[in-house]
Amino acid sequence: MNMHVNNISRRGVLKGAGAATALVLVAPLAARTVAAADTGQDLNSSVYLTIDGDGTIHVEIHRVEMGQGSRTGLPQIIADELDADWSRVNFKPAFGDKKFGDQNTDGSTSIRMFFDAFQQAGASARAMLVRAAAQKWGVAARDVDVKNHRLINKNTGASEDFSAFVAAAAKLPVPAPETLTFKATDHRKYIGKPVRNIYMNDFITGSSVFGQDVMRENMLFAVAVRPPVVGGKVTSYDKDAAMAVNGVVDVVALPELSMPALFKPLGGVAVVATNTWAAMKGRDALNAQFEAGANGSYNTEEFEKTLWASIDGEDVPALDRGDATAAIAAADKTYTADYFVPHQHHIPMEPPAATAEWDGDDLKMWVCCQDPQTVQQSVAPYVGKKPEDIYVEATLLGGAFGRKSKPDFAVEAAILAKAAGRPVKMVWTREDDVRHGYYHTIAAQRVTAGLSGSKVNAWKHKAAYPSIGGTFDPNADGPGGFELGLGLTDIPFALDNLSVTSGKAKAHVRIGWLRSVANIQQAFALGSFVDEIANGEGRKTDDLWMELIGPDRKVNPADDGVQYGNYNAPLDRHPIDTARLKAVLKKVVKMSGYGKDMPAGRGIGISVHRSFVSYVACAVEVAVSETGALSVPKAWMAVDCGLAVNPDRVKAQMEGAVVFGLSIAKHGEITMENGAVVQGNFDGYPVCRMDEAPHVEVAILEVDAPPGGVGEPGVPPVAPALTNAIFAATGKRIRRLPIRDQLSA
Amino acid sequence: MKFTVNGAAKDFSGDDDMPLLWYLRDIAGMTGTKFGCGAGLCGACTVHVDGMAVRSCLTPMADIEGTEVKTIEGLADGDTLHALQAAWAEHDVPQCGYCQSGQIMQAASLLADNPKPTDREIEDAMYGNICRCGTYQRIKAAIRSVAGEAS
Repeated sequence: MNMHVNNISRRGVLKGAGAATALVLVAPLAARTVAAADTGQDLNSSVYLTIDGDGTIHVEIHRVEMGQGSRTGLPQIIADELDADWSRVNFKPAFGDKKFGDQNTDGSTSIRMFFDAFQQAGASARAMLVRAAAQKWGVAARDVDVKNHRLINKNTGASEDFSAFVAAAAKLPVPAPETLTFKATDHRKYIGKPVRNIYMNDFITGSSVFGQDVMRENMLFAVAVRPPVVGGKVTSYDKDAAMAVNGVVDVVALPELSMPALFKPLGGVAVVATNTWAAMKGRDALNAQFEAGANGSYNTEEFEKTLWASIDGEDVPALDRGDATAAIAAADKTYTADYFVPHQHHIPMEPPAATAEWDGDDLKMWVCCQDPQTVQQSVAPYVGKKPEDIYVEATLLGGAFGRKSKPDFAVEAAILAKAAGRPVKMVWTREDDVRHGYYHTIAAQRVTAGLSGSKVNAWKHKAAYPSIGGTFDPNADGPGGFELGLGLTDIPFALDNLSVTSGKAKAHVRIGWLRSVANIQQAFALGSFVDEIANGEGRKTDDLWMELIGPDRKVNPADDGVQYGNYNAPLDRHPIDTARLKAVLKKVVKMSGYGKDMPAGRGIGISVHRSFVSYVACAVEVAVSETGALSVPKAWMAVDCGLAVNPDRVKAQMEGAVVFGLSIAKHGEITMENGAVVQGNFDGYPVCRMDEAPHVEVAILEVDAPPGGVGEPGVPPVAPALTNAIFAATGKRIRRLPIRDQLSA
Repeated sequence: MKFTVNGAAKDFSGDDDMPLLWYLRDIAGMTGTKFGCGAGLCGACTVHVDGMAVRSCLTPMADIEGTEVKTIEGLADGDTLHALQAAWAEHDVPQCGYCQSGQIMQAASLLADNPKPTDREIEDAMYGNICRCGTYQRIKAAIRSVAGEAS
């Protein structure tokens, strides 16, 4: 297996939108041999792995943990190759440093992009230990076995602990990657096993440290009031009134935002105090006034009309196979439907928070960030330091879902710490989080199909929504190619006539990526429309999917002239494999019993989607009462994510994705009036609670393929499976999210 | 004012409108109790005051005088985990982990009052505790497993 240095170092798909981070290369495994030889004590086979003289294994986990489980999964890979004793593996969260390669924990990339590097780190260290033992025992390397943290002399049966060989192994060169051998699949000890979360004990005893929990000696606490409209300005505030509040130490104006928004702070005024409560009271006393600026005319209700006008207007072509327009004009029968998905918000349980410490020279930060390197780069221009000279540690993240990729809040903390000359924790309240987000876009879509006889032979899909690109370039005007590539320009349909186009739309708020990104609205439209045609034709929806997907093959969007990112993975390693897509659908149909007779008011809906190079099918069962009360007793998920390094965490991600998808479908809607967000807390932006959570059954398909994404791909098929189930139960078609009270209307 | 936190005597002389949450986190430095919404909407800040589950973000210090406060840090008996903490581990409940202090404290209060709750009673008692990661199914299973042992 080759080290895919370029693939590993390439940035996440979303960064193509223009974030200001530099390209980085994963440090080659050999880079650390020098350091190892210098000390002669510890074995370093890569930047990710050190073995102490006493045999303790230290794994540097350079990716962050936000609930997806990769800080457990990545060490599993190393420990497996080393056949280590898990109790002697120590986990060290890495600070931000280019030497670790890409630390931007989004795009469901941690396992799929670093499996090889971690496997090689473990295998290299094992080979070095084996060689050291072979030398000591005067035997060939092939006569040395490794088992449970011990090296075994196969000739004599004698064995010794790793610790006996670390010093000698540390003086050996790191083996060339092409010479490495990896453990046979059937000998795996941790990979493919449900290893418990490494933070479990901390979670259940309250000792885990999230961004909100950081405490430093002599620390101050800050909250801020920010312009309600992006690009707005503070016109006045009462500093004296805030300073008069007991515990308030300072009032600091934050720098005004200049476009593009990037990850810059929004401006406003911060109140710094001896505790958060005092800072909040000080903020109330500020009585800050604002002017709205250019985005003050943004009203989502009005903007929806703009989007539909864009749908009716000019087509910006993205994929054009055959002649869909002519085929639809000549069709025996056509279907068309419009779908709408409003702005969504991440609303992680932990609101953003960052702590910065400035000692007059050095800046240290502890941030619940998805990428410590982005924090370094975003903070640097505001404090007059080079990015690499800022120490940034990623704390645990109390959920993130994309929000904490954007460290505007960390920049605020750095500015305040520099001003205060002592540590400052910037605390975002829930209202700050809801009102100053990077929102999932607002999307209108129209899908049209033409049938020749009973067979679909033409498909037109048009999408209009503001792009994430608008956050980086104000000229961005409608979906970017990378966004259409999340479910539309990679539609795996064996149709002669297929057209994907987009309509223009400018952003008036900061648009960001949210768990599964444009797949949310695009899979909703696709999964709904397949179900609409199937029902219109009196067919089963899975049959129509199978027909549309067509024969087993690997789809390459380049064949249609599409520049396709494939989630930053090479298509030869992670193809669009129609057989795998069909297999998860078949599985979920079997698990759920979709198609069986159901009592009145009950129904099962299905959908399927490939994203983040994994395949997920979902079935949802609903019951709708005569008054329109919706309940969701059961859901089923069938996932093919290639090799599942930790099947229990994969299962957990699928269970969670169902709840996340149901929250989007049932409740999720952020609206803006005069440029400002209307909602403020969990009352205005509800998410599913326990009574709404179905029992989820998960099947992980055993597939001989490299690991794919897991954190995000569960989400896209959930909303259409739900609304298809509602149609099955009631005959009512939901084309507009959220469902909210549409069933009782 | 005087009160106890996890059995330790405490004295507080600051603003008596300060919510218990911010006393615990910022003054006492006990960050196991989490800040989620500040409005009693999410349950992340749940602690026990005189044995009752309360939202510490809405409980002013004025109400704490003379009470016994228990937080997640004090739920275990020394090194012996509370049965719910053990069940949480057994069912691999947490994903990000942030809401789980509040979930466990709420569940502990439920089982103290009603050792054998029905599913409906579990859902009712846990309604106020949001988990954005969606671990509800495992939370329910963990609570059920302890309730089963309680007989």
